[in-house]
Amino acid sequence: MNFETTIGLEVHVELKTNSKIFSPSPVQFGAESNANTNVIDWGYPGVLPTANKGVVEAGIKAATALHAEIEHETYFDRKNYFYPDNPKAYQITQHEKPIAHDGWIEIEVDGQKKKVGIEEMHIEEDAGKNTHENDYSYVDLNRQGTPLIEIVSKPEINSPAEAYAYCEALRQRIQFTGVSDVKMEEGSMRVDVNISIRPAGSDKYGVKTEMKNLNSFNYVKRSLEFEEQRQQRVLMSGGQVQQETRRFDEASGQTILMRVKEGSDDYRYFPEPDVPAVSISDDWIKDVQKTIPEMPGSRRDRYVNEFGLTAYDAGVLTQTKEMSDFFDATVKEGADPKLTSNYLQGDVNAFLNENKVDLQDTKLTPANLAGMIKMISDETISSKIAKKVFKAIMQGTEPVKWVNDKGLIQLSDPAKLQPIIDNVLENNQQSIDDFKNGKDRAVGYLVGQIMKKTHGQANPKVVNKLLMTSLKAR
Amino acid sequence: MDFFNQDLTSLHADLVNKKLSAEELTKATFENLKQTDAKIDSFLNLNEDAALATAKALDAKGINADNVLAGIPVGVKDNIVTKDLTTTAASKMLENFVPVYNATVVDKMTQNDMIIVGKTNMDEFAMGGSTENSAFKVTKNPWDVSRVPGGSSGGSAAAVAAGIVPVAYGSDTGGSIRQPSSFNGIVGMKPTYGRVSRWGLIAFGSSLDQIGPMTRTVKDNAAALNLIAGNDVHDGTSSEREVPDFTAGLDGDIKGMKIALPKEYMDEGIDPKVREVIKAAVKQFEALGATVEEVSLPHSRYGVSAYYIIASSEASSNLQRFDGIRYGFRAQDVKNLEDVYVRSRSEGFGDEVKRRIMLGTFSLSAGYYDAYFHKAGQVRTLIINDFNKVFEDYDLIIGPTAPTPAFKIGDEISDPITMYMNDVLTIPVNLAGLPGMSIPAGFADGMPVGLQLIGKSFDESTLYKAGYAFEQATDFHQATPDLGGQH
Repeated sequence: MNFETTIGLEVHVELKTNSKIFSPSPVQFGAESNANTNVIDWGYPGVLPTANKGVVEAGIKAATALHAEIEHETYFDRKNYFYPDNPKAYQITQHEKPIAHDGWIEIEVDGQKKKVGIEEMHIEEDAGKNTHENDYSYVDLNRQGTPLIEIVSKPEINSPAEAYAYCEALRQRIQFTGVSDVKMEEGSMRVDVNISIRPAGSDKYGVKTEMKNLNSFNYVKRSLEFEEQRQQRVLMSGGQVQQETRRFDEASGQTILMRVKEGSDDYRYFPEPDVPAVSISDDWIKDVQKTIPEMPGSRRDRYVNEFGLTAYDAGVLTQTKEMSDFFDATVKEGADPKLTSNYLQGDVNAFLNENKVDLQDTKLTPANLAGMIKMISDETISSKIAKKVFKAIMQGTEPVKWVNDKGLIQLSDPAKLQPIIDNVLENNQQSIDDFKNGKDRAVGYLVGQIMKKTHGQANPKVVNKLLMTSLKAR
Repeated sequence: MDFFNQDLTSLHADLVNKKLSAEELTKATFENLKQTDAKIDSFLNLNEDAALATAKALDAKGINADNVLAGIPVGVKDNIVTKDLTTTAASKMLENFVPVYNATVVDKMTQNDMIIVGKTNMDEFAMGGSTENSAFKVTKNPWDVSRVPGGSSGGSAAAVAAGIVPVAYGSDTGGSIRQPSSFNGIVGMKPTYGRVSRWGLIAFGSSLDQIGPMTRTVKDNAAALNLIAGNDVHDGTSSEREVPDFTAGLDGDIKGMKIALPKEYMDEGIDPKVREVIKAAVKQFEALGATVEEVSLPHSRYGVSAYYIIASSEASSNLQRFDGIRYGFRAQDVKNLEDVYVRSRSEGFGDEVKRRIMLGTFSLSAGYYDAYFHKAGQVRTLIINDFNKVFEDYDLIIGPTAPTPAFKIGDEISDPITMYMNDVLTIPVNLAGLPGMSIPAGFADGMPVGLQLIGKSFDESTLYKAGYAFEQATDFHQATPDLGGQH
């Protein structure tokens, strides 16, 4: 029997704001437990939330990146449940009137492009964190009140590979808006997935299982692959899939039953009376949209059409906003786009991998990279010297002055090179004879001698030209 | 020294003219309080040491001649948080709770040199109309100590009526300032929703709650509202509207004022003796040159039902934070997390609070939301429309504040529905977010009866103007209860 797979994703993205969504406490990863909290975050008696306007603007940016429709009147709801990491015992979220709905993003799997619909995107506050140690439980409320957006896909993802591509595309687009770091490892992007299968052609969805808080795209794909297979085996053997929450065990690559869902949880949602509804005018939307950085698709087109890069290179350069911004800035400094692309993908990328750092954590600047590339282009330095210069600019050194100070400028002046060439020829009659007898190898030897005398600074092209003329004249 | 029934203007003049020091006033206030409160139990926690220190410092600094509240002793309802001063909301849940911050209104009191005397008794978490739901004590009505002072701001009302403090602050979600003001023969204002910051008010029904002043005269009340009104960055629902001087325009002239009297506020559900008092008040307004005409608020009779769903639903959510984890009461010998929650809340909350949590939780539950919470919201809209319609033609609405004068302690506590009906005349005002004020209008069998004035949104000024004119033409506000004590 053939089955059709339906996958839904709920992706939580932490917004990068200075303060929390409903309190002035700072938002900061890795602070000491409960250092970034105040009475509002504690759910203290008498406190009230006050909405951070920046969060709504971030929401408008994210919604725009997802091609979603933005509500002109949006409001918050309370989702009620007891848990120690949830100090008010309700989460302020959006249930009835999320800020945006009906969007889409484009994904690509095996060269096939596909639009995946976004059901809705809403704004909410994150909860704190419980930890358990030595028979004690601890609550850390630093994360409590961190602004989140939750993006809910339409049931239009049909394979684990598509789910993976959706995560990648979503991360990329959100990252380019600048509203979040979208770092899985710091929890600023978290993914819940659900999956069901049904006989091909059936018009009724199968029973779905869900897995929460997957913290890598790889786990998203592997857990869905396992679930897809498991559900098929269950159905093929005449069984029924249970509606349940499962956990992905990274070591075994299997999903394990956590709890069976009976009915749905009752969160007793109702409109949050403490936070007035937010009116979003077309003018406000336009003003915010003006501040959204250029999206990756548009950048790729520009790189191909304006700079003549290959589609592949344009794709690699727009993988992250940092890399793409760095490329643009370097080219703006006057560097050749193709050389810049080659350096970023080659030597720079190798450096990042070797040192396990991000581009923004290095001392390399677009100005210094451009300085080096311009010297290569105008033959001020040879590619051999460029290797040395690259090491210097990765340490934050300004390349033009450094090359000058070290006397590494390529020797291209014929008036200076000719005497050296003449001198070498005078001392190597044998090589001249060899050349005359048709032994081209002799040229290589002579060039080597000239380079040796110039400490590698002679411009090989100029040397070659002058040498050939001199040889023929003898 | 007989200053216990002086109004703010003359008391402040005595302080400015050094006829009386702030320290003397504060000391005398506590002496009187201890004698009087032995009979009426209006205070839960006293702030004596800090109050005396503040008074001394104020005497050294000098009394601000332009601020009529400088040096004035004030009572604060115990659901308004006070830094370093125990704040319980009259609940076992917060029996030993000492807040780390001040409510915005409390900051304004201290910044304006008021002397906080202590925290006044109330129904637990402001749920009730008699102050019998306090976990700690039952406050008595100073006019007859066998009767309730009303509620939930019963402690504040009794303290003002008994002459302990000239001003106290209360909170009003469905009538909790106006009904006890009526029962105690004082002036109580529930301002427009959004007029006063709720930051630091322990939430009951967030879309209904307002803090307001309770005083012996209209002018004192206006001055006390001046102090606390205004926008607050800590409260997103507080209004950015400019605040007028509420004491301006108190000239007794209300000629041509158009007053509406809703027929639903004078029907057979209202004690005939109360109706008589209101009818006399209508004549008084007419004598002052106002016109009074009968109107209808047809949906007001659904107000109580809608209110108990909305307020209880919001309360069920607001009170979830009292979970025994971070502060407040925690049950002992618990087995697990569920046990912490269930037992802390079962042991920490009183019956009325639990009743409303259950009612609210039910009203918000899947499958019932539409029939209850959502429907109540629709009723609320109809009630707002009723008021808007009347205010197209009238400047203000008058009627009784409560259907009866103060009832006997113990009479209604076991009958929640009868108790809830006490709020029938005040609740619509909260649902519509309008300002409402109760002023002394007469007596029924020796107990005070309040007249309620309801105004347009953010038009407290008209209520004060009309209330002042009525007060100047009558002497009900001058009557004081006889507790057989110092005064």
